[in-house]
Amino acid sequence: MRFARTSFVLICTAALAGAAAATDHAPLRAGGGGGEPVWGGELRFAIHAEPKTWDPLLAADDATDAIRVLTGGYLVRLNRKTQKHEAGLAESWKISPDGRKIEFLLRSGVQFSDGTPFKADDVAYTLKRAIDPNLHAPIGDSIRATAGDFAIAIAALNRIILTFAAPVANPIGMLDSLPIVSSHNDKAVLGPFELAEYKPGAYVLLKRNPYYWRTVAQGRRLPYLDGIRLDIQTNRDIELQRFRKGEFQLMEAIDADSLNRITSEMGAAAVEDLGPAFENEMFWFNEKPDAPIPAYKKDWFQSRNFRRAIAESIHLDDIVRLAYQGRATAAAGIISKANQFWMKQGLAPHAFNLASARKRLAQDGFHSLEGQPLTDRAGHLVEFSVVTTSGGKTRTRIAALLQDDLAKIGIKLNIVPLDFPSMLERIARTANYESALLGLVGEDVDPAGEANVWLSGAPQHMWNPGQKQPATAWEAEIDKLIAAQAATADQKKRKAAFDRIQQIIWDEAPVIHLVNRNALVAISPRLGNSQAAVLNPHVFWNADVLYLIPEKKP
Amino acid sequence: MKILRVLAWTILTVTAAAALSAPLIAPAPYEKQFREFPDAAPSRQFPLGTDELGRDRLSRLLYGTRISLLLAPSAALLATLIAAAAGIAAGVFGGRVEQLILSIVDLVASLPWLFLLIAVRAVMPLNVSGYTSVAVTFLLLGALGWAGAARVIRSAVLSVKESGFMIEARALGIRGLRLFVTQLLPNLRAPVLAQFWLSIPLFLLAEANLGVLGLGVSEPLPSWGNLLLDLVNHHEIADQPWRLAPAVLLVMVLLSLQAVQNPDGRRGNGRRALAEA
Repeated sequence: MRFARTSFVLICTAALAGAAAATDHAPLRAGGGGGEPVWGGELRFAIHAEPKTWDPLLAADDATDAIRVLTGGYLVRLNRKTQKHEAGLAESWKISPDGRKIEFLLRSGVQFSDGTPFKADDVAYTLKRAIDPNLHAPIGDSIRATAGDFAIAIAALNRIILTFAAPVANPIGMLDSLPIVSSHNDKAVLGPFELAEYKPGAYVLLKRNPYYWRTVAQGRRLPYLDGIRLDIQTNRDIELQRFRKGEFQLMEAIDADSLNRITSEMGAAAVEDLGPAFENEMFWFNEKPDAPIPAYKKDWFQSRNFRRAIAESIHLDDIVRLAYQGRATAAAGIISKANQFWMKQGLAPHAFNLASARKRLAQDGFHSLEGQPLTDRAGHLVEFSVVTTSGGKTRTRIAALLQDDLAKIGIKLNIVPLDFPSMLERIARTANYESALLGLVGEDVDPAGEANVWLSGAPQHMWNPGQKQPATAWEAEIDKLIAAQAATADQKKRKAAFDRIQQIIWDEAPVIHLVNRNALVAISPRLGNSQAAVLNPHVFWNADVLYLIPEKKP
Repeated sequence: MKILRVLAWTILTVTAAAALSAPLIAPAPYEKQFREFPDAAPSRQFPLGTDELGRDRLSRLLYGTRISLLLAPSAALLATLIAAAAGIAAGVFGGRVEQLILSIVDLVASLPWLFLLIAVRAVMPLNVSGYTSVAVTFLLLGALGWAGAARVIRSAVLSVKESGFMIEARALGIRGLRLFVTQLLPNLRAPVLAQFWLSIPLFLLAEANLGVLGLGVSEPLPSWGNLLLDLVNHHEIADQPWRLAPAVLLVMVLLSLQAVQNPDGRRGNGRRALAEA
């Protein structure tokens, strides 16, 4: 799981086999000029914060993760467009019938960016380092949640075997986000680009890795681009202006306002609405028993009736229409509508029903006269705050809509916009908040990697993290279901387990899923070979084959 | 020039009166969402149209003006009082006192006020009312925004101290507190007032900047800051020019404040001749 400026992000590392909505051989977007790819040039786009670390295994924020994607080499890589895994540094792999062993045959002749050879030792070193609990690598949490304990054996210079203690449902998927690092030089990379220069507050410059392993016809090594300049631009409006001026060639995850603006000024060819993204906008209550908030509020938040009443008081269709201008879908649960295979069929968003909400509140002793504030059975006014990120128009609108919706059942909601680090501090460390409004982004279609969120003992179990024992029977059931699905490769059984988890989350509403926003991107007509996809990153995931069409001189 | 000042005072008076009587004249509560009419054009029901959530823009502008126009002068008053105290003390006492005060002035001037405001917002209690949050924001702006003015006032004190009439006053035997009260203070009135009037637009703009960053006045409370956020989508303004209303009002008020900031109508530092002892 990683955190991002605008979203509370999951690294979903499991693989997918059988996922729907995949498109084989999706056409490449040839750019304005079409024709043969052009070699050279510098791609420019923005990251929205300083990179927090240069260690790719510690990537836990959007900026660092972008650099990880662009510089990392992977055993297997997920083709975001087809949603299928493709061979990367591993030429092939073989999974034992019992799902407890996987053997990789590594690509030969591959070199790191410093010219040293890539060997099975590096894979072993990377895996051991990633799962080292002392490193606190987010990717390590995800691997441990997916695979449990496993042994690493180097069978030859180019062969490595992983043996798991129990069958692992999808061992390939967990490797998609694991960049292989060098055992002898922490600056050497295997991805298409390597770090050239970093100017704090200004930019990160990546240059082509001259030893990158992928080639095109005539054996010429990719990438097409000479380099990528990631300008550190925290203000998305300025980023938009620079895109319009042609200074940036792509923008990831834009909002509907920006999409409309680019469309009106640059034409529809410069934007893409990719449909529902693997992202949930969510609202949840702090149920942590030792949170520094009044005990009577904890009682409210730990009540299923209270949470369901809130869910039934929120007009999701209005959020879709007014906050997203229709470019989103009301969410039914933890799995986006985009994920047709894993989403539980028939699961519908909580219906807007004020009568039912009032009935549920009455069952818990809440009462109010018409038009008067709601009070609990002890006479406390029902007032609480929601922390959310400052600056984003969409989330501000959602918060205002929630505030207005809850006012209709007599609840006063105070909106507390915070800068992102302050918000993280409250959510992840001090637990000093009452409710939160944030996004959760999945990076793969298989929900197995989300175990680090749904397991009761996980530090990312947002409403009550790090439980020693499951606090409720339904959380205990989720724990069992997660373990059960991880122990089988039978997709039907795994699907049944995840269906049940989705139903439990819907019934108990520890998290109220609001909408799945559409993945909206802006791509310059100069950018060739782009294959924008709903999975993150939407556009630059195939940076090794992206190319820039030279600007036409007047 | 006199006509301009009259016009400026008229604008300020009408704006303030309209803002103060917002509960009486606003067509709708500022937070009321007419969700079936988002982004509506001006009409009889919504004279300035509605915002993206269907809230009446005129009502929000009136209430927002009330908040901004009430609190910006308050913050300016606070800043000017601190600046006057610091500037006068530095100018009058000189020596180590002056050095100490100037060091504090330099320190305050170099503080990253934006980050301080963000930090204060982050540690504030969760369930504070919107009005409290706004008041704290402006209080902080006032408490942090006095350094520049203090330097100006100190310079004015030094200038007045060396002026001929002060020498004459001393020659006449006027000393100590009497000299301070009867000669120095009256001659500082103009620069101090100028700093006050100059500070108001600065704080208005500071709040507007905070609003653009999403850190100003919280929803659903309107302020000029969060109303100006609407102008970010300037491609829509050509089709919806009524969205410019908050910006037009802000500019008018700022220009009016500039026009009235020299209330005596005199140029220079407004220095008086030797006052009667």
